[in-house]
Amino acid sequence: MAQPLEIQKKQYKKLVDEIKPRPPLIRNTLGAFIFGGLIALIGQFLLSFFQGQGLSVNDAGTATSATLIFLAALFTGLGIYDEIAKYGGAGTIVPITGFANSMVSPAMEYRTEGLVLGVGARLFTIAGPVLVFGIFSAWLVALLYYFFR
Amino acid sequence: MAAPKKIGAQTRWFQNPPVILACATIVGEKEGMGPLGHTFDKVIMDSYYHEKSWEKAEQRMLQEAMQMAVERAGLSLKDIDFMLAGDLLNQIISANYTARNLEVPFIGLYGACATLYESMALGAMLIDGGFAEYVLIGASSHYATAERQYRFPVEQGTQRPLYAQWTVTGAAGMVLAQQGAGPVITHATIGKVVDLGQQDPMNMGAAMAPAAADTIMYHFVDTGRTIDYYDLVITGDLGTYGKELAQRILINNGYDITPRFTDCGVLVYAPEQDAHAGGSGCACSAVVTCGYLRQEMQKGNYQHVLGVGTGALLSPCSSLQGENIPGIAHAVVIEAN
Repeated sequence: MAQPLEIQKKQYKKLVDEIKPRPPLIRNTLGAFIFGGLIALIGQFLLSFFQGQGLSVNDAGTATSATLIFLAALFTGLGIYDEIAKYGGAGTIVPITGFANSMVSPAMEYRTEGLVLGVGARLFTIAGPVLVFGIFSAWLVALLYYFFR
Repeated sequence: MAAPKKIGAQTRWFQNPPVILACATIVGEKEGMGPLGHTFDKVIMDSYYHEKSWEKAEQRMLQEAMQMAVERAGLSLKDIDFMLAGDLLNQIISANYTARNLEVPFIGLYGACATLYESMALGAMLIDGGFAEYVLIGASSHYATAERQYRFPVEQGTQRPLYAQWTVTGAAGMVLAQQGAGPVITHATIGKVVDLGQQDPMNMGAAMAPAAADTIMYHFVDTGRTIDYYDLVITGDLGTYGKELAQRILINNGYDITPRFTDCGVLVYAPEQDAHAGGSGCACSAVVTCGYLRQEMQKGNYQHVLGVGTGALLSPCSSLQGENIPGIAHAVVIEAN
C-alpha cells in the first residue's frame, strides 16, 4: 500500500478487469436473435392478419404497433416482460415492445408517489431520452436533407 | 494516556466486552429459498408485506426484527438506552420511522451496506464507555426499494451483468448488553474511506474490495494478530468477484486469509437463484450475521470471528455525475463466550 495512489488505481483497474467475468456474448446474441425475431414474427403475423381483414398497409401497420404495445404493457403488468428480457436482451429492448415496457414499468412503480408527480412525472424517465434524441436526430436529418438534397 | 482503549491506528479494544444478547432476522422469499433459509426467523412471501408500498414493507420488516430482538433478550423497549440503525433509502427513512414507532433514543447511522457493523462498533463503544446498558441496533434493505432508488424500475426488462449483485430483502435487529449470555465483541476496527477509482455502479464488489482489504490489514497490524487467530473472516457483501479481489489485494500485501475467508453475499444465495455475483445491501451482512453466523457460533463451530461490514458510498446523483465509488469497511471481533 506504499505506492502512490495513481499507480495503485492503475494496478487495481488491471486486477478488476482480469477478474471481472466476460458477458456470455454468443448466448446473449443468440437470445437477442431468437426473442427479437420472435417479436418480429408475431408482428408480421399481426400485419398479415389485419391486412386480411381489409386494412390498408399503413393502417395495418398502426394496428400491429398498437397490438404489440398493448401486449408488452400487459406482460409488463403481469411481471413477465422482465423475465423474458433477461434472456432476450437487446432483442426485447429494441422493438416497440421494449419502448412500451420502459414506460409501463416506471408508471407502475411510481404509482405510490401519486398520479401527477409519480406516474405523470416519471412515465418518461427512461423513454424520455429516446424521444428527445429521436426527435432531435429526425430534425437534424431533415435539416441536412433540406440543404443538401 | 489520551485514549486508553485505542490500539494502533484504527482499532479499539473493549475492557468489558459487550455481549450480543439476542438477534432477530426477517427476510424475503428469495432469501428464504436460499441456502441459509433455515437460519432466518421469519420469511415473508409478499414483497409488499401487506403494505401499500415497498418502502413501508421495508420499514415494517425492520421494526418487527428489532422488536423481536428486544423480546428475545427478555427486555422491554423501556430498557433500551440507545437505538442505532440505518438503511439504504434516502435520508434513512426506514430507520427513522422505526425509531418514531419504537420511541427509544435514536442515533441514525448511514454506512451504506456496512451499517450493521458500524452500529455494532459504536454500540459496543457506548456500552463499554459506560454510557449505556442496552443498545438496540438494526439495519434493513429491500430489493425493490433499492432498485428503484439506485437503478431501474423493477419490471423494466434489462440484462444484468454477471458481476452485478442482488439486494437482499430483509432486516435484522440485535441487542447489545453490558452483561449476559452470548458471544462478545472484543475489538472494533473503524475503516477509512478508500477510493481506487471504480466507477461502475453495477460492480459494487470491485468498489468495496480495497476498503475491506485495507481494514482487515489495519486490524492485523493494530492487534498484532495474524489470520491464525481467527476461525473465520466474513465480509459483508463483496460478492464472488469482490471477495476474489479482496483476497488478491491481501495476498499481494502478504496476508493470505483465503482458507478462512468467506462473504455474506456469497453465502446468502445459491448459484441457481440467478443472483449473479451474490447478495448485497444493508440486510445482506445484517441477516447473515444475526442468523447464520450467530447460530454457528452458538453451535461452537466458530470461536473467533472477524466480521467486516462493507459499504459502497455512492448515490444515484454521484454516479450520474461520473464520480468515483469509494468504499468503506468496519471490522468487529466476535468471540464465542
